[in-house]
Amino acid sequence: MQNGEQSHQPYMLIWGILAFLMLAKVGVSLVGMPQWMSISFLVLISLVSALLVALYYMHLRSEPKKLWILAAVPFPLVIILILLVIQDFG
Amino acid sequence: MSQTAAVSAARGPVDPTRPEPGLGAYNLKLGMWVFLLSEVMFFTSLIGAYIILRFAHPEHFAAPGEVLNVPLTAANTFVLICSSVTMVKAFAAIARDDQKGLQLWLVATIILGSTFVGVQVYEYIHLFRDGFVPNAAAYTAGGGPLYGSTFYLMTGFHGLHVSIGVGCLIWVLIQAIRGRYSSSHLGGVEVMGLYWHFVDLVWIVLFTIVYLI
Repeated sequence: MQNGEQSHQPYMLIWGILAFLMLAKVGVSLVGMPQWMSISFLVLISLVSALLVALYYMHLRSEPKKLWILAAVPFPLVIILILLVIQDFG
Repeated sequence: MSQTAAVSAARGPVDPTRPEPGLGAYNLKLGMWVFLLSEVMFFTSLIGAYIILRFAHPEHFAAPGEVLNVPLTAANTFVLICSSVTMVKAFAAIARDDQKGLQLWLVATIILGSTFVGVQVYEYIHLFRDGFVPNAAAYTAGGGPLYGSTFYLMTGFHGLHVSIGVGCLIWVLIQAIRGRYSSSHLGGVEVMGLYWHFVDLVWIVLFTIVYLI
Protein backbone atom coordinates (compact mmCIF):
# COMPACT_ATOMS: atom_id res chain seq x y z
CA MET A 1 0.00 0.00 0.00
CA GLN A 2 1.25 3.48 -0.86
CA ASN A 3 1.97 5.87 2.01
CA GLY A 4 -0.61 8.63 2.29
CA GLU A 5 -3.52 6.42 1.24
CA GLN A 6 -4.29 5.54 4.85
CA SER A 7 -6.20 8.77 5.61
CA HIS A 8 -8.72 7.83 2.91
CA GLN A 9 -9.38 4.37 4.33
CA PRO A 10 -12.80 3.84 5.98
CA TYR A 11 -11.34 2.15 9.06
CA MET A 12 -14.04 3.27 11.51
CA LEU A 13 -16.84 2.38 9.10
CA ILE A 14 -15.43 -1.14 8.72
CA TRP A 15 -15.10 -1.36 12.51
CA GLY A 16 -18.80 -0.47 12.85
CA ILE A 17 -19.78 -3.03 10.21
CA LEU A 18 -17.66 -5.75 11.89
CA ALA A 19 -19.25 -4.99 15.28
CA PHE A 20 -22.72 -5.10 13.71
CA LEU A 21 -21.97 -8.39 11.94
CA MET A 22 -20.68 -9.86 15.21
CA LEU A 23 -23.97 -8.94 16.93
CA ALA A 24 -25.89 -10.31 13.93
CA LYS A 25 -24.11 -13.66 14.33
CA VAL A 26 -25.04 -13.86 18.01
CA GLY A 27 -28.62 -12.91 17.07
CA VAL A 28 -28.83 -15.61 14.38
CA SER A 29 -27.55 -18.24 16.83
CA LEU A 30 -30.26 -17.26 19.36
CA VAL A 31 -33.18 -17.19 16.91
CA GLY A 32 -34.79 -20.60 16.58
CA MET A 33 -34.41 -21.32 12.87
CA PRO A 34 -33.61 -24.64 11.14
CA GLN A 35 -30.00 -25.69 11.73
CA TRP A 36 -29.01 -25.66 8.06
CA MET A 37 -30.32 -22.12 7.71
CA SER A 38 -28.64 -20.85 10.84
CA ILE A 39 -25.31 -22.47 9.84
CA SER A 40 -25.58 -20.97 6.34
CA PHE A 41 -26.20 -17.47 7.73
CA LEU A 42 -23.40 -17.78 10.29
CA VAL A 43 -20.86 -19.01 7.74
CA LEU A 44 -21.88 -16.29 5.27
CA ILE A 45 -21.60 -13.51 7.89
CA SER A 46 -18.21 -14.86 9.02
CA LEU A 47 -16.89 -14.96 5.46
CA VAL A 48 -18.04 -11.38 4.84
CA SER A 49 -16.40 -10.23 8.11
CA ALA A 50 -13.15 -12.05 7.26
CA LEU A 51 -13.17 -10.55 3.76
CA LEU A 52 -13.63 -7.03 5.16
CA VAL A 53 -10.65 -7.51 7.51
CA ALA A 54 -8.47 -8.82 4.66
CA LEU A 55 -9.51 -6.13 2.17
CA TYR A 56 -9.46 -3.05 4.39
CA TYR A 57 -7.32 -3.74 7.48
CA MET A 58 -4.75 -5.96 5.73
CA HIS A 59 -4.96 -3.54 2.77
CA LEU A 60 -5.33 -6.35 0.26
CA ARG A 61 -7.68 -4.05 -1.67
CA SER A 62 -4.82 -1.72 -2.59
CA GLU A 63 -2.15 -4.36 -3.06
CA PRO A 64 -0.87 -5.43 -6.51
CA LYS A 65 -2.97 -8.09 -8.22
CA LYS A 66 -0.04 -10.52 -8.10
CA LEU A 67 -0.24 -10.47 -4.32
CA TRP A 68 -3.94 -11.32 -4.59
CA ILE A 69 -2.98 -14.42 -6.57
CA LEU A 70 -0.47 -15.35 -3.88
CA ALA A 71 -3.10 -14.80 -1.17
CA ALA A 72 -5.54 -17.02 -3.06
CA VAL A 73 -3.11 -19.97 -3.24
CA PRO A 74 -4.25 -21.81 -0.08
CA PHE A 75 -7.98 -21.59 -0.81
CA PRO A 76 -8.09 -24.32 -3.52
CA LEU A 77 -6.12 -26.44 -1.02
CA VAL A 78 -8.66 -25.58 1.69
CA ILE A 79 -11.50 -26.66 -0.61
CA ILE A 80 -9.70 -29.94 -1.39
CA LEU A 81 -9.15 -30.52 2.33
CA ILE A 82 -12.81 -29.88 3.14
CA LEU A 83 -13.98 -32.12 0.26
CA LEU A 84 -11.73 -34.90 1.56
CA VAL A 85 -13.09 -34.45 5.06
CA ILE A 86 -16.69 -34.59 3.80
CA GLN A 87 -15.95 -38.04 2.27
CA ASP A 88 -15.86 -39.43 5.81
CA PHE A 89 -19.59 -38.76 6.15
CA GLY A 90 -20.38 -40.76 3.03
CA MET B 1 34.55 -16.60 -1.91
CA SER B 2 31.70 -18.77 -3.12
CA GLN B 3 29.65 -17.75 -6.16
CA THR B 4 26.57 -16.95 -4.03
CA ALA B 5 28.60 -14.80 -1.66
CA ALA B 6 30.19 -13.00 -4.59
CA VAL B 7 26.77 -12.23 -6.12
CA SER B 8 25.50 -10.98 -2.73
CA ALA B 9 28.57 -8.78 -2.30
CA ALA B 10 28.07 -7.31 -5.77
CA ARG B 11 24.40 -6.51 -5.05
CA GLY B 12 25.22 -4.73 -1.80
CA PRO B 13 23.32 -4.94 1.50
CA VAL B 14 19.82 -6.45 1.30
CA ASP B 15 16.99 -4.05 2.13
CA PRO B 16 14.04 -6.16 3.35
CA THR B 17 11.62 -3.28 2.74
CA ARG B 18 12.72 -2.62 -0.86
CA PRO B 19 9.87 -3.40 -3.28
CA GLU B 20 10.52 -6.38 -5.47
CA PRO B 21 10.06 -5.50 -9.16
CA GLY B 22 8.11 -8.64 -10.00
CA LEU B 23 5.49 -8.82 -7.28
CA GLY B 24 5.40 -5.19 -6.20
CA ALA B 25 5.65 -6.08 -2.50
CA TYR B 26 8.81 -5.74 -0.44
CA ASN B 27 10.44 -8.90 0.86
CA LEU B 28 9.42 -8.46 4.49
CA LYS B 29 5.75 -8.16 3.56
CA LEU B 30 5.97 -10.99 1.04
CA GLY B 31 7.52 -13.22 3.72
CA MET B 32 4.72 -12.37 6.16
CA TRP B 33 2.06 -13.14 3.55
CA VAL B 34 3.61 -16.54 2.80
CA PHE B 35 3.77 -17.27 6.54
CA LEU B 36 0.11 -16.25 6.98
CA LEU B 37 -0.93 -18.49 4.10
CA SER B 38 0.74 -21.42 5.86
CA GLU B 39 -1.24 -20.38 8.95
CA VAL B 40 -4.46 -20.55 6.90
CA MET B 41 -3.68 -24.22 6.22
CA PHE B 42 -2.83 -24.82 9.88
CA PHE B 43 -6.12 -23.42 11.19
CA THR B 44 -8.07 -25.05 8.36
CA SER B 45 -6.76 -28.45 9.44
CA LEU B 46 -7.98 -27.76 13.00
CA ILE B 47 -11.35 -26.49 11.79
CA GLY B 48 -11.69 -29.45 9.40
CA ALA B 49 -10.98 -31.90 12.23
CA TYR B 50 -13.54 -30.09 14.42
CA ILE B 51 -16.23 -30.19 11.71
CA ILE B 52 -15.83 -33.91 11.07
CA LEU B 53 -15.85 -34.74 14.80
CA ARG B 54 -18.76 -32.39 15.46
CA PHE B 55 -21.03 -33.87 12.80
CA ALA B 56 -19.86 -37.49 13.10
CA HIS B 57 -20.34 -37.51 16.90
CA PRO B 58 -23.02 -34.91 17.73
CA GLU B 59 -23.62 -36.57 21.12
CA HIS B 60 -20.20 -35.34 22.26
CA PHE B 61 -21.07 -31.67 21.72
CA ALA B 62 -23.41 -29.42 23.69
CA ALA B 63 -25.71 -26.84 22.13
CA PRO B 64 -24.40 -23.26 21.88
CA GLY B 65 -24.48 -21.52 25.26
CA GLU B 66 -25.05 -24.69 27.33
CA VAL B 67 -21.41 -24.98 28.40
CA LEU B 68 -19.63 -21.99 26.90
CA ASN B 69 -20.25 -18.38 27.91
CA VAL B 70 -21.39 -16.82 24.61
CA PRO B 71 -22.06 -13.23 25.87
CA LEU B 72 -18.62 -13.04 27.52
CA THR B 73 -16.86 -14.34 24.40
CA ALA B 74 -18.92 -12.07 22.14
CA ALA B 75 -17.68 -9.12 24.22
CA ASN B 76 -14.15 -10.50 23.96
CA THR B 77 -14.54 -10.78 20.19
CA PHE B 78 -15.52 -7.11 20.15
CA VAL B 79 -12.32 -6.34 22.10
CA LEU B 80 -10.26 -8.11 19.41
CA ILE B 81 -12.09 -6.27 16.62
CA CYS B 82 -11.30 -2.98 18.42
CA SER B 83 -7.63 -4.02 18.64
CA SER B 84 -7.58 -4.42 14.86
CA VAL B 85 -8.77 -0.83 14.50
CA THR B 86 -6.11 0.48 16.89
CA MET B 87 -3.44 -1.51 15.01
CA VAL B 88 -4.45 -0.12 11.65
CA LYS B 89 -4.55 3.37 13.23
CA ALA B 90 -0.96 2.83 14.40
CA PHE B 91 0.04 2.04 10.82
CA ALA B 92 -1.85 5.08 9.51
CA ALA B 93 -0.09 7.25 12.13
CA ILE B 94 3.44 6.22 11.12
CA ALA B 95 2.53 6.63 7.44
CA ARG B 96 1.95 10.32 8.37
CA ASP B 97 5.22 10.34 10.37
CA ASP B 98 3.15 10.77 13.55
CA GLN B 99 5.50 9.11 16.08
CA LYS B 100 3.33 9.92 19.12
CA GLY B 101 0.25 8.55 17.39
CA LEU B 102 2.09 5.35 16.49
CA GLN B 103 3.13 4.80 20.10
CA LEU B 104 -0.31 5.58 21.53
CA TRP B 105 -2.16 3.28 19.12
CA LEU B 106 0.39 0.50 19.71
CA VAL B 107 -0.13 0.81 23.48
CA ALA B 108 -3.91 0.65 22.93
CA THR B 109 -3.48 -2.49 20.79
CA ILE B 110 -1.28 -4.12 23.44
CA ILE B 111 -3.85 -3.35 26.16
CA LEU B 112 -6.73 -4.72 24.07
CA GLY B 113 -4.75 -7.83 23.05
CA SER B 114 -3.77 -8.50 26.65
CA THR B 115 -7.41 -8.02 27.69
CA PHE B 116 -8.46 -10.64 25.15
CA VAL B 117 -5.94 -13.15 26.50
CA GLY B 118 -6.90 -12.27 30.10
CA VAL B 119 -10.59 -12.88 29.43
CA GLN B 120 -9.73 -16.18 27.73
CA VAL B 121 -7.74 -17.28 30.80
CA TYR B 122 -10.67 -16.20 33.03
CA GLU B 123 -13.02 -18.26 30.86
CA TYR B 124 -10.70 -21.31 31.06
CA ILE B 125 -10.51 -21.02 34.87
CA HIS B 126 -14.31 -20.98 35.18
CA LEU B 127 -14.72 -23.84 32.70
CA PHE B 128 -12.17 -25.93 34.62
CA ARG B 129 -14.00 -25.19 37.90
CA ASP B 130 -17.22 -26.39 36.26
CA GLY B 131 -15.49 -29.64 35.27
CA PHE B 132 -15.09 -28.75 31.58
CA VAL B 133 -11.53 -30.08 31.26
CA PRO B 134 -9.95 -31.30 27.99
CA ASN B 135 -10.16 -35.04 28.60
CA ALA B 136 -13.15 -35.74 30.85
CA ALA B 137 -15.29 -38.79 30.03
CA ALA B 138 -18.46 -36.68 30.13
CA TYR B 139 -19.52 -33.23 31.24
CA THR B 140 -22.40 -32.47 33.57
CA ALA B 141 -23.56 -29.56 31.37
CA GLY B 142 -23.60 -31.80 28.29
CA GLY B 143 -21.16 -33.21 25.76
CA GLY B 144 -18.36 -35.75 25.79
CA PRO B 145 -14.55 -35.79 25.69
CA LEU B 146 -14.29 -34.68 22.04
CA TYR B 147 -15.94 -31.39 22.95
CA GLY B 148 -13.32 -30.42 25.53
CA SER B 149 -10.39 -31.65 23.44
CA THR B 150 -11.36 -29.76 20.29
CA PHE B 151 -12.44 -26.62 22.18
CA TYR B 152 -9.16 -26.26 24.08
CA LEU B 153 -7.06 -27.22 21.03
CA MET B 154 -8.60 -24.58 18.76
CA THR B 155 -9.02 -21.74 21.24
CA GLY B 156 -5.69 -22.58 22.90
CA PHE B 157 -3.74 -22.35 19.64
CA HIS B 158 -5.47 -19.10 18.81
CA GLY B 159 -4.76 -17.73 22.28
CA LEU B 160 -1.11 -18.70 21.81
CA HIS B 161 -1.04 -16.74 18.55
CA VAL B 162 -2.55 -13.69 20.28
CA SER B 163 -0.03 -13.98 23.14
CA ILE B 164 2.88 -14.17 20.69
CA GLY B 165 1.34 -11.20 18.88
CA VAL B 166 1.23 -9.16 22.10
CA GLY B 167 4.90 -10.01 22.71
CA CYS B 168 5.81 -8.87 19.17
CA LEU B 169 3.72 -5.70 19.62
CA ILE B 170 5.73 -4.85 22.74
CA TRP B 171 8.90 -5.30 20.68
CA VAL B 172 7.52 -3.03 17.92
CA LEU B 173 6.54 -0.46 20.58
CA ILE B 174 10.10 -0.46 21.97
CA GLN B 175 11.43 0.07 18.45
CA ALA B 176 8.88 2.87 17.94
CA ILE B 177 9.99 4.60 21.16
CA ARG B 178 13.58 4.39 19.89
CA GLY B 179 12.42 6.16 16.72
CA ARG B 180 13.17 3.28 14.36
CA TYR B 181 10.09 3.83 12.19
CA SER B 182 9.14 6.61 9.79
CA SER B 183 6.87 7.08 6.79
CA SER B 184 9.68 5.77 4.58
CA HIS B 185 10.60 2.91 6.94
CA LEU B 186 7.38 1.38 8.23
CA GLY B 187 7.77 -2.24 7.14
CA GLY B 188 7.99 -3.52 10.73
CA VAL B 189 4.70 -1.88 11.68
CA GLU B 190 2.95 -3.05 8.52
CA VAL B 191 3.93 -6.74 8.82
CA MET B 192 3.04 -6.66 12.54
CA GLY B 193 -0.34 -5.31 11.49
CA LEU B 194 -0.77 -8.07 8.91
CA TYR B 195 -0.16 -10.72 11.59
CA TRP B 196 -2.47 -9.01 14.08
CA HIS B 197 -5.35 -8.63 11.61
CA PHE B 198 -4.92 -12.27 10.58
CA VAL B 199 -5.29 -13.33 14.22
CA ASP B 200 -8.48 -11.24 14.38
CA LEU B 201 -9.73 -12.77 11.14
CA VAL B 202 -9.15 -16.31 12.42
CA TRP B 203 -11.02 -15.54 15.65
CA ILE B 204 -14.02 -14.22 13.70
CA VAL B 205 -14.27 -17.68 12.08
CA LEU B 206 -13.41 -19.68 15.23
CA PHE B 207 -15.93 -17.79 17.37
CA THR B 208 -18.66 -18.70 14.90
CA ILE B 209 -17.71 -22.37 14.59
CA VAL B 210 -16.89 -23.12 18.22
CA TYR B 211 -19.36 -20.91 20.09
CA LEU B 212 -22.34 -20.29 17.83
CA ILE B 213 -22.85 -23.43 15.72
